[in-house]
Parts: sequence; structure tokens; C-alpha cells
Amino acid sequence: MGSQMAAISQADVVASLQDVGLSHDGGEHFVLRHVSLTLARGEFVALLGPSGVGKSTLLRVLMGLMHPTEGQTGGAACAPASGKAHATRRSRAMVFQDARLLPWRSVLGNVMFGLEGLHLNKSEKKARAQEALRLVGLEDAADRLPRRLSGGQRQRVGVARALTVAPDLLLMDEPFGALDPITRTSLQEELQRIWQQTHKTVLFVTHDIEEALRLATRVVVLAGGPPAGITGEIILDMPERNPDTPAFRTYAARLRAMIAGEPDPGGEAYWRSAEI
Amino acid sequence: MSRKLSGSVRLGLGLAGLVLFFGLWEAAVQSGLLPSGMVPAPSALGPAWLDEVRGGFWQQAILDSLHHYLLGLFIGSVLGAGLGILCGMLDLLDGLLEGIVRLLRPVPGLAWVPFAILWFGLSTAGATFVIAISVFWINFYAAHSAVKSVDPELYELASAFGHGSFVGRLFKIVLPASAPGIMAGLRTGLGQGWMSVVAAELFGVPGIGARMMQASSLLATDVVVVYMLTMAMLYAITDFLFGFVRKWVLRWQP
Repeated sequence: MGSQMAAISQADVVASLQDVGLSHDGGEHFVLRHVSLTLARGEFVALLGPSGVGKSTLLRVLMGLMHPTEGQTGGAACAPASGKAHATRRSRAMVFQDARLLPWRSVLGNVMFGLEGLHLNKSEKKARAQEALRLVGLEDAADRLPRRLSGGQRQRVGVARALTVAPDLLLMDEPFGALDPITRTSLQEELQRIWQQTHKTVLFVTHDIEEALRLATRVVVLAGGPPAGITGEIILDMPERNPDTPAFRTYAARLRAMIAGEPDPGGEAYWRSAEI
Repeated sequence: MSRKLSGSVRLGLGLAGLVLFFGLWEAAVQSGLLPSGMVPAPSALGPAWLDEVRGGFWQQAILDSLHHYLLGLFIGSVLGAGLGILCGMLDLLDGLLEGIVRLLRPVPGLAWVPFAILWFGLSTAGATFVIAISVFWINFYAAHSAVKSVDPELYELASAFGHGSFVGRLFKIVLPASAPGIMAGLRTGLGQGWMSVVAAELFGVPGIGARMMQASSLLATDVVVVYMLTMAMLYAITDFLFGFVRKWVLRWQP
């Protein structure tokens, strides 16, 4: 998959999919097919595509919540990291579009949800959860119930809950899709800051080209179908993530073409799956 | 009237309604509108109650019935809610039991009395059994539908964070998420339990129900009403106390 991918050593691969296909009816109709994707340590990959194309499904395959009908998945599996009995972290964590907080737990309790069952004592769990809340700027809301939070705050708790299990791979399913534009922009900036601090490997699902270009180091386009496949990818090289710059607009035009399945309007060549 | 009444106004209205009810009742009996042999006057209830207390019957009946009630309530609630939760979570078990449930559900607690006598005799166990059965179904259905209506996305959340096992789902998701429905079932069962106390004691196990039957066979209607009111009071007390438990368990709710 391109020269840049070949350069990645096996140790740096956090997760991979090889020729993955997914069917909900046992192989008659495929939602996704011939999808290959490798995520290298420290990357921020945006998985871009139109609504309903199967991005969330692909994310769930990576999370281990769904099993591919064909093809292989690689990298450490989900739940108590690497299957070690004394694990203190999980290899993968997920942020959902609808925050999905437990209404009966406080903010702190929600963040500690993923820590329960790990080999940590109570004070360690609490300290880890509080640290994650600090990272998302909600340390003062630890005792509040989710219903007392705004939509943006809820989403931050979801991010903290995922970060606190110290995952190798952070999977984010359109986490800011349901927020108002102002909250959305501020959370995007915050996510950028957190990513620069933690250097987590992130796969971020979105249908918003601008959001992908603001956040990612690499954008992978999932389109076409069904079955949908990866129609192209761009490694972003932008010093400044400003939508008004020519570089940003060129990238946006190329991504639009990839989504629509049209020829590349210019710039360097991009990889294209054989299937589409 | 679009504005909601305040709590104290409501309470006052309720008391006024009660006073009015007993006043009209007393007047109807005193004026001869209601024959006193058929309906006791409210003023006759106090002396009747005092007689029962002096004889020690009242206290003993309450203790006996409370014993049946609490035991039957506990057994019926735990088994009913427990099986309801399991059936709600496990489709296989749910399917297996569906026919049996449909068969047994319409049988009222009273209909089990012959078997209660046969199996347990005129004993605490027999009365407990009848109460437990009627409480069981209420809790079974309440817990079953509460678990069935748990948002499936919460199961996905549990799986994503390492709690996808049966035990993890049960304790991290199902129990807290279905607690409002389960608590509603327990509360309904609390009332149903008192209602079935009479049925459970009809056949002679001592208690409030048995005392009522004795009194009615002697046409001592005032004593019957005393025990009717006693039962209402006991129900009010248990419901009031349960209110605290419910509030504490569901303290996260608005």
C-alpha cells in the first residue's frame, strides 16, 4: 500500500486490516469488501466517507466488536490488553458519536468504567480517571451526573473514558458529529492538543472533509458500493491547518473527487483500490 | 385550573376528603339511611379496635400477617425479579419458559390455596407460598420488560470496555439500567402482597385475614372494618418506607 506504508516496520503497526470484507447476511451481500488498512504508531488517520457507507462498521471491526466475514485483522486484540491477566491497560478504546455515558454514574464513575476489571487498586483507578478528566478539562465536574452536562462536556467525558485505559489505538466514531459548530471547533482544537501531548494512534471517522483536514496526518477515503472500499488516501503535509490556505483547498478538492469516484483533479497521485 | 397544586394544599385536600367521607358515612348510618347491621358506623370502630387491642388479638394478628407478608414478599420478589432478569437477558431461557409462563400467569394466587394446604398444611409456609406466587408474577414481568428495554448500545459500550461477559453485562449495565423498572415492580408487589395476605390466610392460618374471616362469620362488621383499615395502614407504612429505598437506589434519576 504505497511506499510510505512499506517503510513501516512490523513493530510500529498498531492495527491492520488485510482484504477485509463484511457481510451481515453470511456472504450474500457485502457492506465492505477488499479493505486493507495499516495504522502505524503515532498516526492520526481520518476515515472519511459519506454517511452510511460503512465507516462505523469498519471501526467496529477494528475494535473487535464485529468479526469480518473475510480477510484478516492484525495488531493487538481488544479487552484486557494483549490478554494478559495482570493488564493495567486496554489495547483499544472507543469514543462513540452519542457519548454513551451511563446516566447512573457520576462523571468520574463513567471514566472509571473501562478501568474496572484491570489490575489496578481503587486509588490507582481513581487517580488515572482524574488525570484523564484533567486532560479534557473536566476535573471540576468529577462528581456531576451526565444529565447535568452539556453535549460538548459529555463528549469530553467519552474521550476521557477512552484515554484513561491507555490504549494503543483510539477509535473515534464521528465523536463531534452531533455538536454545534462552535463546540465542535473547540473540541477539535482540544483533540489536537491532546494528540500532540499523548501521541496516541487515532482513527477518526468523519463525513466532514474540513474536519478530516483539520485533524489528521493521513486521510483515508471509504466510498462507493455497496460494497464500499477504500478509494484513495492522502498523507497530509500542511504546516498550518487553515481552511483559507490554497493547500487546504487543494486537499479538499482532491478528497471530494475521491469520495465521488472522479479522477484526481491534481496534485500527487494517490493510491486506489483495485475493486473500485 | 392550569397551575399545579402545592404539596401542602394537596395534603390538606386529601385529609378534607377523608373527613368528608367518614362524616357522610357516619351521618348515613346515624340517620338510618344505611342499616347499622350491614355497615358499622365509623364511631363504632374505635371501641371495636380497643376491644381487639385489649384482647391482644390485634397485635398478634399484625405480627402473624407481617411474618407471612415479609417472607412471601421476599421470596416472591427475589425469585420473580431474578427469573425476569435472566429471561430478559437470555433469549434461549426466555423461549424455553415462554409457554410455561403463559400457562401459569393467569392463575390467581387464590387458586393455589388448595395446593398450599395440601403441600404445606395450615402453616406459615402455606400462607407464604400463596403470597409469594402473587408477588412473583408482578416482579417477573416488571423485571423482564425492564431488561428487554435496556438500550442495546449500552451492551456495545460494555463490550468495548471489557465488560462484554454475561456477568459484566449483568452488573455493569443490566441491573443499574433496569433498576427503575425493577423498583416499580417491587413497589407494585408490595401492595399486591398485602392484598394476597387475606387470600393466604382465608383457610385458617392465623393473621389479619383469618381474624377478618372469623369476625365476618359472627357478623361483627365493625371488627372487619377495623382490620380493613389496619391493612390499609400497614400498606401505607411499607409503601412509605420503600419510598426511601427507591429514592436511594434511583438517586441518579432527575
